[in-house]
Amino acid sequence: MKYIFQFCRILAFCCLGELLAKLLPLPIPASVYGLILLVIALKTGVVKLEQVKETGLFLTGIFPLLFIPAAVGTMELVEELGKMWLPCLLAIIPVTALVMAVSGIVTQKVARKNTAKISAKEAGCRD
Amino acid sequence: MIDFLHSSAVWGVLLTIGAFALGTWLNRKTGKAWCNPLLLGSIFVIVLLSALDIPYADYKASASPVSYLLLPATVSLAIPLYEKWELLQKNVVAILAGILSGVLTSLGSIMAMAWILKMEHIQAATLMPKSVTTAIGMDVAAALGGMAPLAGAVIILTGIVGSLIAESVCRICHIQDKMSKGIAIGTAAHAIGTSKALQMGEIEGAMSGLAIAVSGILTAFLAPVAATFLP
Repeated sequence: MKYIFQFCRILAFCCLGELLAKLLPLPIPASVYGLILLVIALKTGVVKLEQVKETGLFLTGIFPLLFIPAAVGTMELVEELGKMWLPCLLAIIPVTALVMAVSGIVTQKVARKNTAKISAKEAGCRD
Repeated sequence: MIDFLHSSAVWGVLLTIGAFALGTWLNRKTGKAWCNPLLLGSIFVIVLLSALDIPYADYKASASPVSYLLLPATVSLAIPLYEKWELLQKNVVAILAGILSGVLTSLGSIMAMAWILKMEHIQAATLMPKSVTTAIGMDVAAALGGMAPLAGAVIILTGIVGSLIAESVCRICHIQDKMSKGIAIGTAAHAIGTSKALQMGEIEGAMSGLAIAVSGILTAFLAPVAATFLP
């Protein structure tokens, strides 16, 4: 029963997200609204972590499985993809590698700078 | 047989889980990056459907409970985001800078491609959200005037390619920090990449999950702005 209630709470946030997506004129999907609302609810304590945790982590844990029907659907779109194969191929392989490299390198650089700053500060305090 | 499959509401779910389980087993057995459970699982389903001459629409209808869970699963990404709040808070500048630079690189690359290859607006709008999770990306593509199903296909292929190249990219670019690896993988290859990041380690997985949500949100806000600059 606990998991059913957890699932219901998550579905309630999905539903709120759908409502906001309908009402607000922004190009933001229901899933993003639902996600933001759930983070806010958890941070403010409206929803407690243990009221959604197991079911939520189960759902995020099976994420790749949930994509299979859609991935199989790419089979139907082979012809469409073929019509714009060059942009698709470029977007899928080199652009993905580039995005990964840029965001990883930037995160690492900035994080190291911060850490260096903090340790310098701590060293300063000790002196 | 086809009549039975047409009337049965269960076989699609069963086939999906079975194919995924087989893919997961092969992935564990071989430990090879290209033996991705999603990739293998999808290939198994495609092969079976083609071999038995079952229309995709029948499978899709029967497997719809699986796809139905995508929305609650995406909303549930709030949980890892909340759980890693402290790590997030401590490194908020680095994380946001990393994700933002990735999102801008993605949007910028597609924009540059659109101009250089003289792509139509509908094509560019389809490719624009290619690095974010399907649930967000397909909606963004539709909102920008792109083709949502095709965007979904490109997003999924991006995720699969992303998880295949993740380790090599991190090695070549000297990305050694666990948090940065996770951010890189989640920003470039969303949930499918995250399943790879989870295999690499707990911090990688959590940060990748975080990057799915943040890059998704950033893209939802920035893609419409970027789209106004499309040819």
